[in-house]
Amino acid sequence: MISFSQVCKRYPGGYEALKNISFDIAEGEMVFITGHSGAGKSTLLNLIAAIERPNSGSVVVNGQNVASLKAGAIPYLRRNLGLVFQDHKLLFDRSVFDNVMLPLQICGFDHRESDKRVRAALDKVGLLQREKANPIALSGGEQQRLCIARAIVNRPSILLADEPTGNLDMAYAADIMGIFKSFHQVGVTLLIATHDEGVMRQFEARALALKHGELQPTSVRQAHGKHE
Amino acid sequence: MNNWLVQHVSALLFTLRRLRATPASSLFNILIIGIAISLPAGMYVLLQNVQGLAEQATGAPQISVFLSLDASREDAARIGGQLKQHEAIGRVEFVSREQALEQIKRSTGLADIIGELTQNPLPDAYIIYPKKLDPQTLETLRDELQKWPKLEHVQLDSAWVRKLEALLKFGRLAVLILAMLLSFALVAVTFNTIRLQILTRHDEIEVSKLIGATDSFIRRPFLYSGLLQGLLGGATAWLIIVISLRLLNSSLAGLMQLYASSFTLHAFSAKDTLTLLGFSAYLGWLGAWLSVAQRLWQIEPG
Repeated sequence: MISFSQVCKRYPGGYEALKNISFDIAEGEMVFITGHSGAGKSTLLNLIAAIERPNSGSVVVNGQNVASLKAGAIPYLRRNLGLVFQDHKLLFDRSVFDNVMLPLQICGFDHRESDKRVRAALDKVGLLQREKANPIALSGGEQQRLCIARAIVNRPSILLADEPTGNLDMAYAADIMGIFKSFHQVGVTLLIATHDEGVMRQFEARALALKHGELQPTSVRQAHGKHE
Repeated sequence: MNNWLVQHVSALLFTLRRLRATPASSLFNILIIGIAISLPAGMYVLLQNVQGLAEQATGAPQISVFLSLDASREDAARIGGQLKQHEAIGRVEFVSREQALEQIKRSTGLADIIGELTQNPLPDAYIIYPKKLDPQTLETLRDELQKWPKLEHVQLDSAWVRKLEALLKFGRLAVLILAMLLSFALVAVTFNTIRLQILTRHDEIEVSKLIGATDSFIRRPFLYSGLLQGLLGGATAWLIIVISLRLLNSSLAGLMQLYASSFTLHAFSAKDTLTLLGFSAYLGWLGAWLSVAQRLWQIEPG
């Protein structure tokens, strides 16, 4: 489903965020990306969503090499991905409902179908009662759940989450991870970048450990997901 | 196709909602555009009217042909026949020397003096109404007639028409220059408003890009916004001119009564109206497009 081979990412100024990264993630697998901050977790996720491009190597998602994707094709790649951001990236000029509606508007769904989907997504993250609220009125945990609802409303086959529990206390974090687990159970491929050991311990899942932009060999041994 | 239509309609509705959400600034923008357009458009309307007036006043420009004094009635009849057969001439009117003298007696109050004349100093004359009225044709015709025998003098009565024509030409050029300058102003105004819109919606654009919006999806509401702003500005200009003309006409009516004339200023024809609206809408769209093209690529997530 996702496969990195010999991926390097260097920033202008010479800083190497990722060095020669190779791994495969199978369809329906749930994988953690761990490491200290600055280890390259976000960069790795950004490469999958073509938010950034690698300097060398290939990033294959769903059989497409994202590294060499044309700019015009990127939107269609992203529609198949659900992105959960640490800073949520919610829009405060519209309601909770309209925030979740945005991806469907972008894809051009008709109204009745999209209304149904938005409500289903909000229901899944437990925010159905707050659909008319402004996101600014939500707590941090609720905002993160809203961000998840927006990421899944389009029913993507891959969900990428960057520090989804980063700013949350334990109870909220467990809440969020419970939601992710339910997606995993219906076959969504999940990549979760986190430095939260507590969160990972709750799951039996492979972890890709990054350190200074390099993949640590230990992580491969920990793996027990299926390989392609 | 259906999907495409839905996307466009929803972008348009979205734009309308946003216009309504900021009524004051939208209104002022539209007013600025409207006033800017109404200047050249108003001048254009006035020019059209002056041109109409000129055509009305001259009626058909005519050529007066005066025969030599020694020309006999037979000569006159022959020349009349030739004139009637000339292909460039529509109608010919004969004014005999007796008629001419009679006219002068009646109209100028010189009856006493003319009565003392022992012989009629006036020649026979023809008034010619040419078929085509452009200055070029008239002059060629004059030059040709001048060469005919027994013709003393050919007088073109369209000299002042030419002067007016030149003046109108000057006016049209002025309108064109003004229109061009203010078109730039219109583009600049929309460019700027759309730039501000893009800035205030920076987050939305970034998030939209992150979740798979194509560039055309992002561009669309801004383009509609510019288009709508231009269109409404054009409609405002139209209103300004129509109302102004109505006011002018009501005061003109009093003036024209004194001259026993019924001249009124005409506003736009349907075609002019469409051109005005279309052009202003296009300029609005253009301003928005330039703004979007310049700004949008700068907003890249990541």
